Amino acid sequence: MRKRDKYCFPIISTIIILLFTFSFQSVYASSLPNGDEAPGRKLAKQAVKNSKRWTTTDHAKIDALNQDFNSGDEVTQACLSCHSEAATQFHKSIHWTWLASGDKKDMRYGKAGYSVNNYCISANAMEDKGCLSCHPSWNKKGDKGTVNCLVCHNNSGFNFTETFSDIQAFSQDQDPETDEIVNELQMEVKQAVSKIILPGRKSCGDCHFLGGGGDGVKHGDLDTSLTNPNRKLDVHMGTDGENFSCTRCHTTVDHNIAGRIYTNPAVETRKSLIEDDLAPKITCVSCHSSAPHKNDSKMNDHTDVVSCQACHIPEFARVNPTKMWWDWSKSGKMKNGKPYVEKGAFGKPVYKTMKGEFKWEKNVLPEYFWFNGSLTSITADDVIDPSEPVKVNHPVGDKTDPQARIFPFKIHRGKQPYDKISNKLVAPLLTGKKGYWTTYDMNEAILLGNKAIGIPYSGQFDYVSTTSAFPITHMVAPKENALTCNECHSRTSSRLSNITQIYLPGRDKSSLFDTIGWLSVFGAFAGVLLHGLGRFFVRKNGREE
Amino acid sequence: MKDKNTIKIYLYTRFERLWHWLQGLMIICLIVTGFEIHGTYTLLGFQKAVNLHNLIGLTWLIMFAFFVFWLLTTGEWKQYIPTTKKLILVFKYYMWDIFKGKPHPIQKSKGAKHNPLQRLAYLGISAMLLPIQMTTGLLYYLYNDIPQIFELPVIAIMHTFIALLLLNFLIVHVYMTTTGHSLFSHIAGMITGWEEVFETTQIDAWETKATKKN
Repeated sequence: MRKRDKYCFPIISTIIILLFTFSFQSVYASSLPNGDEAPGRKLAKQAVKNSKRWTTTDHAKIDALNQDFNSGDEVTQACLSCHSEAATQFHKSIHWTWLASGDKKDMRYGKAGYSVNNYCISANAMEDKGCLSCHPSWNKKGDKGTVNCLVCHNNSGFNFTETFSDIQAFSQDQDPETDEIVNELQMEVKQAVSKIILPGRKSCGDCHFLGGGGDGVKHGDLDTSLTNPNRKLDVHMGTDGENFSCTRCHTTVDHNIAGRIYTNPAVETRKSLIEDDLAPKITCVSCHSSAPHKNDSKMNDHTDVVSCQACHIPEFARVNPTKMWWDWSKSGKMKNGKPYVEKGAFGKPVYKTMKGEFKWEKNVLPEYFWFNGSLTSITADDVIDPSEPVKVNHPVGDKTDPQARIFPFKIHRGKQPYDKISNKLVAPLLTGKKGYWTTYDMNEAILLGNKAIGIPYSGQFDYVSTTSAFPITHMVAPKENALTCNECHSRTSSRLSNITQIYLPGRDKSSLFDTIGWLSVFGAFAGVLLHGLGRFFVRKNGREE
Repeated sequence: MKDKNTIKIYLYTRFERLWHWLQGLMIICLIVTGFEIHGTYTLLGFQKAVNLHNLIGLTWLIMFAFFVFWLLTTGEWKQYIPTTKKLILVFKYYMWDIFKGKPHPIQKSKGAKHNPLQRLAYLGISAMLLPIQMTTGLLYYLYNDIPQIFELPVIAIMHTFIALLLLNFLIVHVYMTTTGHSLFSHIAGMITGWEEVFETTQIDAWETKATKKN
């Protein structure tokens, strides 16, 4: 018996040590900082290995571009002399039509249609010329003009529109001195026009970073800080990181650029390039797969419910502030009979007579919702309930939807005008001689604006609270800045406190069973305490006298 | 008074003692990390608590299999056979007689390490609570990898509730160790293996079943 005991101890110890090492390997492998590379990272590196685009054309040597141009239209003709189908393709894209359907008969969704937001509200079917500075046509002509290829495909930074209007003005008179100036300008145009590129971050950013009328106004995860970001701001686009252009992920077919279009999701299903190597690279899963973390990592168990963005974008607007509140009802106030601007924190306006009251925020915590890639969209043609905040856009999805994930959003809140009789949001015309920013007459502006989109207006308006939701998907932080577990797994301060339909450990409990259980624990504690005190006071301690 | 002299008998083998303390340590660690995961308090941080909880839980699960094997091969499982004999007496002792300083109605012996109340409690815990706790823990751990027979809240709430019952047991169990011949004699017994019993303790036949061999 004793002899056996002698061997027993070392054997048991060995087994225990073996078990511990085994368990350590399987449970801790995931969290070792210097372990093997995560599979999702490996895959993504494969997907972008051939990152240098190469070309067989030097546009400076192309004869079609080596001529004197007098107008933007002529430049476009030169482009089309080789790229014969480019304009035809582009005319069908939403970048040109500003309609989700691409069809003028279906005006439901789109800037050129009934869509409204709670920023500058509506582009009034391209009638508001102020909006057309972002339309890729020459001379703000909208879809009646010629495609301006240079908006996206030229990085000279040269102001073609202004130069062409100068050239045209100068060539009117026959003065030989102005002829020289014209020649000089045309030389400049010639040099600038040959700087043809695939669209870069600045090309897209010139409109998308400034959406809503200024830097960082609209998206929260898109602003001029992304023109040349560092990898801390955006691991993908960081110039010291992967240095992606937008089109790295927003892949393009026939000038149609992958991405969400109003209510339509960017993709129907998340597919990795392993499953479908021709899939657009628009989702994280495309390159990183749906099990991107190291094997055995609990993180991989999250990907069926939680979007990558939810953890990997801890905050948005991390460099430039973003607008979080816009109250149109306060617009129109004058100081000494004149419109004025009042600046607040971040050097950003907190009041503008033209637009009303603003609130700006930096390093904003997203709000989280179930999201299957679709957004609801209230247009100027939809009846609203003005007794509660109107969700102009709101994410669609719930737990039962296999495509839905918990996703971060910027919620932009504000007040905007609506028709008190028809209960529809209205589309005031802002710029132009009769626009609100000239007349400060909201009723007149609505009358004109709604006329432009063809929706009747009763003549009576009031202001209603609205929200709009922007999916937060850019500004992906380096992995060391991803959220820690307790940002969500917390009883009191969970970021997901409004997410229903899941049991979230650390946040959730059964009040009934917890109460019964803790009562039994405290009961036991009180019981033994009393028992012990009893023994102490009778001083017998279980021993007979 | 001579018959009240105490002697020490070797009651708990090295394996039993090692298992007892190791299991105790693991259960305490599981409770501490478990209730952090439950959101009751913050101590290590959620991720560390989860990793540690999983590590200890899996270790416990594997080692429990060894313990069961040991129980079966040594016949020690018979220590857990429930009985109602003298159960009332033991109950009455803890409720009343202990205050009067009367002796415990059951003396420990090699063949009967547990009194009838302990048998019931330990059987309930070892055969009911612990296996359910391990099963729910494993289902929780593997929730994403296996067919989801139970919804997560069902598993999680059961796991938490049983943890509270085990905490309840732990409190009573620790307290009961102070009810021996002296405050620490039971704990000393579980450390050294040698438990104090009365020299003249009569051991009934039914109490020695575990060591009877044919």
